Amino acid sequence: MSATLEVTGVSVHFGGVTAVDDAHISADAGSVTGLIGPNGAGKTTLFNVITGVQPATTGTVTLEGTDISRLPTFRRARLGMARTFQRLELFWTLSVLDNVLVAAEQAGDPTPAETAQRLLERVGVGQLAGEQAGSLPTGSARLVEVARALACEPKVLLLDEPASGLDETETRQLGVLLRSLAGEGLAVLLVEHDMSLVMEICDTVSVLDLGRVIASGTPAEVRAHPMVIEAYLGAA
Amino acid sequence: MSESSTASPPPTADTTSPTILALRDVRAAYGSIEVLHGITIEVPTGSVVALLGPNGAGKTTTISVASGLMPVTGGALEIAGQDVTGVGATELARAGVCTVPEGRGVFPNLTITENLLMASYTGVERNEIRDLAFARFPRLAERRDQLAGTLSGGEQQMLAMARALSTDPVILMLDELSMGLAPKIVGQLYEQVAAIAADGVSVLVVEQFARSVLGVADHAVVMAHGTVQWSGAANDLDEDLLTSTYLGGP
Amino acid sequence: MQQLIAYTIIGLTTGAIYAVAASGLVVTYTTSGIFNFAHGATGMLAAFTYWQFRYAWGWPAPLALLLVLGVIAPLFGALVERVVLRNLRDTAEVVKVTVTVGLTVAMIGLATWLWPPANRERFKGFFDGNSVEIFGVNVSWHKLIAFGCAIAVAVGLRLVLYKTRLGIAMRAAVDDRNLAELNGARPGFASMVAWAGSASLAGLAGILLAAEVGLNIVPLTLLVVSAYSAAIVGRLRSLPWTFVGALILGLLEAYTLWANGSSWFPREIGGFSTSGLRGALPTIFLFVVLIALPQARLRAGAVRIRERAVVPSWSMSLLGTGLLIAFVASLVGLLTRANTLQLSNGLVLAIAALSLVPLTGYAGQLSLAPLTFAGLGAVIMAKLPWNGSVLALLVTVAIVAAIGALVALPALRLQGIYLALATGAFAIMVTVLIFNQSNVFTNGAVDVPPLQIPGLDLADPAQKAIFLSVAFSALALVVVTVRRSRLGRRMVAMKDSPLAGATVGMNLTGTKLAAFALSAGIAAFAGALNTGKVTADLYSFDQSLPLVLLVVVGGVSAISGALFGGVLLGANALLATIVPTLSNVTKVLPGLAGISLGRNPDGAVPQIEENFAPVGRHLPSIVIAIAGAVVLRLLTGLGVIGNWSFAVGLAVWVLAVVPNLPALLAGSAELGRRFAVGMGLLGVMGVAAGLDWATLLNASGWRLLMIVVIVAVAGPAARSALDTTVRTPAVSPDLIGIDRPFTPAEILEAERAVGAVR
Ligand SMILES: Nc1ncnc2c1ncn2[C@@H]1O[C@H](COP(=O)(O)OP(=O)(O)OP(=O)(O)O)[C@@H](O)[C@H]1O
Ligand SMILES: Nc1ncnc2c1ncn2[C@@H]1O[C@H](COP(=O)(O)OP(=O)(O)O)[C@@H](O)[C@H]1O
Ligand SMILES: [Mg+2]
Ligand SMILES: [Mg+2]
Repeated sequence: MSATLEVTGVSVHFGGVTAVDDAHISADAGSVTGLIGPNGAGKTTLFNVITGVQPATTGTVTLEGTDISRLPTFRRARLGMARTFQRLELFWTLSVLDNVLVAAEQAGDPTPAETAQRLLERVGVGQLAGEQAGSLPTGSARLVEVARALACEPKVLLLDEPASGLDETETRQLGVLLRSLAGEGLAVLLVEHDMSLVMEICDTVSVLDLGRVIASGTPAEVRAHPMVIEAYLGAA
Repeated sequence: MSESSTASPPPTADTTSPTILALRDVRAAYGSIEVLHGITIEVPTGSVVALLGPNGAGKTTTISVASGLMPVTGGALEIAGQDVTGVGATELARAGVCTVPEGRGVFPNLTITENLLMASYTGVERNEIRDLAFARFPRLAERRDQLAGTLSGGEQQMLAMARALSTDPVILMLDELSMGLAPKIVGQLYEQVAAIAADGVSVLVVEQFARSVLGVADHAVVMAHGTVQWSGAANDLDEDLLTSTYLGGP
Repeated sequence: MQQLIAYTIIGLTTGAIYAVAASGLVVTYTTSGIFNFAHGATGMLAAFTYWQFRYAWGWPAPLALLLVLGVIAPLFGALVERVVLRNLRDTAEVVKVTVTVGLTVAMIGLATWLWPPANRERFKGFFDGNSVEIFGVNVSWHKLIAFGCAIAVAVGLRLVLYKTRLGIAMRAAVDDRNLAELNGARPGFASMVAWAGSASLAGLAGILLAAEVGLNIVPLTLLVVSAYSAAIVGRLRSLPWTFVGALILGLLEAYTLWANGSSWFPREIGGFSTSGLRGALPTIFLFVVLIALPQARLRAGAVRIRERAVVPSWSMSLLGTGLLIAFVASLVGLLTRANTLQLSNGLVLAIAALSLVPLTGYAGQLSLAPLTFAGLGAVIMAKLPWNGSVLALLVTVAIVAAIGALVALPALRLQGIYLALATGAFAIMVTVLIFNQSNVFTNGAVDVPPLQIPGLDLADPAQKAIFLSVAFSALALVVVTVRRSRLGRRMVAMKDSPLAGATVGMNLTGTKLAAFALSAGIAAFAGALNTGKVTADLYSFDQSLPLVLLVVVGGVSAISGALFGGVLLGANALLATIVPTLSNVTKVLPGLAGISLGRNPDGAVPQIEENFAPVGRHLPSIVIAIAGAVVLRLLTGLGVIGNWSFAVGLAVWVLAVVPNLPALLAGSAELGRRFAVGMGLLGVMGVAAGLDWATLLNASGWRLLMIVVIVAVAGPAARSALDTTVRTPAVSPDLIGIDRPFTPAEILEAERAVGAVR
């Protein structure tokens, strides 16, 4: 069976800089795949390629076996691709509820308002529905982004450092949520520097360094991999 | 803020004073909502102080006040024993107060080299800053003419740190240094913090996650809800107190 | 050959002047992120000031130059930065641009006031009469100087901005002022220097150009359009490319001039005269360059701006539109025919202004061409064979909406300021190439027939005014419907973050097209319903500017903001006709209003609405408010009070008394105090409606002034007398801790309240 999301041989060059170099990764339905790597390894760039925000120099992206490499961002979203952003990108002047509502409506949800409220409650910010998004503290804003991504009715959920800005309690709750989403059959791809979260909730982890996948496997395998320790985890 | 205060002479940093930075009963507010309710924090000269606490505790606000960006609504700010309440950020920066703010600490539309040049207002020669920074972070040297805004999140944080470490500050304030950084880099940066502290630079580090800093800190201050909950030697900080602060209860 | 060289030299000189002007634009853009629309106007004012010193007062040229470029212009630039622009940090791009549009309008007004059109002594070039021969062509020293200046400016700026620390600090301040301070820079000082320098460059360009094209307000102000075109070639940042762009534009203009004068060049193409071509050239060039710009990438980093987005409620919208119709209906009977026509004019402008609400207010696309679409509406309505019929109206709207979408199509790839400029270029092109053609607006005017609706006579001014208020209301409700629909949410989402919009599946192209088509359609109504003999200048580009300006001042995301903008612009024109002594002030007023935006970027109307919000929630107050207005109208109808007393009384009633009604009837102040304030207000009403203003004050201007004074004094006085609230900020768990630190028990309680612990 082929994976829900397949990234094959993707490279991205910015002038002389090679941000992503012949990367191969995949994400399966029902599991959480970790994507870790040093700063500047190309993780965000890879997310941009997958969602069509950044054209790849070479390589293909397939979703459930269909090649989507040439589709614009919004078409990919409609096929079931949703993401959050490392630097928050909410609709700042809309209310929290409307932020999620817009996404639910795009997804063709028959009862978008109910869905939006339910998703906000699910991520734990239901009581903020009436606030204006711009007034939220970072932690809550991250959770609203997750709710908005879920409203797209995704098959693949890409999360770019969702735990940065969350404190320890919030991070733990996020971990529980992501596991339960995977349990419902979503393919979750998680970029995160909080190693305890990654080790705890990921089924498999791929490690990117200088744009290349240098290791992948279970969290335990990856953690013990000498190249990963050298490039990313450090001796500690 | 800074313009109104250009009249007052920049404080001369007297590193012989026992306390390099002190906030005394400081209050601060965003509009009509007060978020610091009278906090007192002292940074002894040559030491590393960790400022800990959950989201929204007021740590960033404390740093804004201490760096002169935000006015106090009560209390006093002292640097090296001198009252600098109301002195602007520009003057404090020129006197050697170096702040790496939370989130982006770089100018996205300037190149790496230009970003480093901006650090020369502290009086250190521009070439010296650049050489020191590039020696510490070879990655930056490779990209010297790249716009900072196109660097990855972590590379931007490195650049911000490079600026701070190369200007020979009197006191260094770091807000959420580890946010978005790979574990290895965090480890390395804290080694560097320990190293410059050993050279006599005083450091105030803000973190949400206590473990990463406590290795290098001499003292710790725990904040919640705009008040100081606990302060003392870093070794004395016990796990129970931290957990309960993070969970919000007493 | 000789001619080629001659025209090339002319082209290079003009290009050099454009380069100087464009460099100034680049300076302000890279150092403050503000696209300075007022750059040309600054140059224009500098040229006039120089003329005043040099020719009117006969001072020596070096002294005049030094004063203008070395003292007055830099001081002016620094002052503008300090007083106006510094407040614009963290505001939406629309607001920033609009403020500089406001400056432009005010400066044009100021110049027409100080230097009314007259025959002036010729504005001569430097070292007039001296020339050298290059390749057999006589080239004046002035031209050589212009060229030298351009090179010096280009090289000098490059060095300052990229090699000096002050220059880098200027650029750093745009990115992050706080961080610049933390580095020890003085961002405030840096941007003042930048604006001072830029004003000097504008002045230099203005003076150089005035010697070439003569001392006229509008052409000199429009210098900025040429400068934009050049600066856009450099993407508003690159100085070398800006220089190249300027030279190309200069050459193109010169060669067109040459071609226009040659026998082989067609005088007419398809019935349209080509004589306007040269005038439109910078605009066409701008349009082409803009279209050729690469597609704007979706970029992360949407900024959180100081702005609130309020979804209009049905009850308030229905109440508001109902009141408007009632107000207009009760007013028309009392107005003279001329004033009724003015009122209609204001309503037409309000409809045109309304077209900006979905496009600019919701979708965040700044258009500088609302009246251009209205003009197209007027032309099509007049030229259709069954003109005047409802069918013709609908066809007109459909055609203009389609044109709107068509124009948007190439512009879709543009964002922010680039898009605004493209619409501006479109407006100028349509003005020059279509509206100014004698076979379009025959002798400068078209006759738009009144709409034929059975039972109505819309040729009658009173009926027309009422009909226009109904039309405005209907269109406003359409806009409200849109805002409350999926499309409306999509528009706002697109404004906030196009990137996030695309990643949740929004088709940005479709959303933008819809916004443009809707907006053009609404504007077409304005043109098609503005019946009678209308002149082309009503719909020219320079009319659109103050309209856009006042709408943004009123609050472009609110219907009431549009009404405010349109009616205010109409009233401003009215003020100029009824109080001739104020006519100079009215030229500057819209501009001043725009400048005030910096203090209140949300617009004025949301602020005012906040005052009325309690009324909308309190039924007895609504009833009394309406009853009061009806009584006033009846008294007038019965001849008990005069028309002016009605006007003053109604204004005071609505603006000073009604907002206080809820507090008066059901407020928290003690009964005695409420009674006293009520009596006081009643007394004020008695004065306002009881006195015979028509005989008391002999000029309408004074009467209007009285209204303003009474409203401004009585309203706030009553409000503060009734206000018993101790200001409590918004509810937050932090609140308990305001006066003292939290006790642990309180912390626990607060945490329980928000569900953080059990
Ligand atoms: N527009 C651009 N121009 C030039 N280089 C770029 C551009 N965008 C990204 N890069 C480079 O590409 C590399 C990968 O960046 P990316 O943002 O994908 O890293 P990342 O893995 O997400 O890192 P982090 O964990 O720090 O966020 C970096 O070295 C960055 O400097
Ligand atoms: N710009 C702002 N406007 C209003 N309130 C703010 C602003 N920034 C922070 N706050 C509030 O101040 C409090 C302290 O925030 P902050 O200093 O950022 O905390 P920390 O850095 O410890 O997470 C929080 O309640 C937060 O919501
Ligand atoms: Mg990243
Ligand atoms: Mg913080």
